[in-house]
Amino acid sequence: MAVQLEFLKSILYFSDLGLAELESIRKLVFEKTADRAEVVLLEGESAANLYFVASGAVKVFKTSAEGKEQILDIVRPGESFNDVPIFDGGPNPASARTMGPVLLYGIKKNDMEAILRDHPQIALNVIKVLAKRVRHLVSLVEDLSFRHVISRVAKILFEHIGGEMGRGPRLTQQEMAAMAGTAREVVGRSLKALEEEGAIKLDRHRIIITDKEALQEIMEVTS
Amino acid sequence: MAEMPIIDTRKCDGCGLCVSVCHCNALEVVNNIITIIETVECDWCTDCEAVCPTGAISCPFEIIIQEL
Repeated sequence: MAVQLEFLKSILYFSDLGLAELESIRKLVFEKTADRAEVVLLEGESAANLYFVASGAVKVFKTSAEGKEQILDIVRPGESFNDVPIFDGGPNPASARTMGPVLLYGIKKNDMEAILRDHPQIALNVIKVLAKRVRHLVSLVEDLSFRHVISRVAKILFEHIGGEMGRGPRLTQQEMAAMAGTAREVVGRSLKALEEEGAIKLDRHRIIITDKEALQEIMEVTS
Repeated sequence: MAEMPIIDTRKCDGCGLCVSVCHCNALEVVNNIITIIETVECDWCTDCEAVCPTGAISCPFEIIIQEL
């Protein structure tokens, strides 16, 4: 399947370019397909390619020494990943895994440098993409003052218990994130941490509070 | 009847991203509209909610205390 010019035009990097310029870039773009749950980038490895998601979604994440995962971003069609090491020459700062079957458009590091030299007007859009990423990561750093978020999530769970009197309000992770003033990704990790501490059990669409006292103790922790 | 994710059809633009990430095939595009297929295999991974660019899918949790 040929790389679509229309799709290239929809990518912020290339949105200001004309058809002739897009055509010259298209020659440097290669396709890569991957199935569900394939690791397409590994943290710490040298970075060879910049990727754009053409279809599907990719999860960008860091893994701790204990194997805990923190999602940094979910990359959707039209968005890019692995930009930073392509431009600073360092290793991949995070890993990336497909969330389903994906089609990626890749550009080799050297080719991307040539594209920037040949089409310097792209630079402003690259800066916009990187600035957006910095803003997102700064916000995540703020959220990851972690114990504090866990205690806020614990409090939200406690305040929304449904019981014999009827069902409490059902909450999505997005709603919990909005209530806790944090990112959805951080709520997901907080729930897993609460489960590891034995305070709750995740049972499909139910969050079962298995140790009310433990949950209360976590609620009272502030940092 | 198994609880399933909820789709707000007013917000859904039929992009199908949720279908591509659903590992239990509980989502399908029918006439450009995302349709839920009830299945007990849905393990509430919430990936469909996470990827939805328009916020049309929700996977709400019920919070209960374990009966002793």
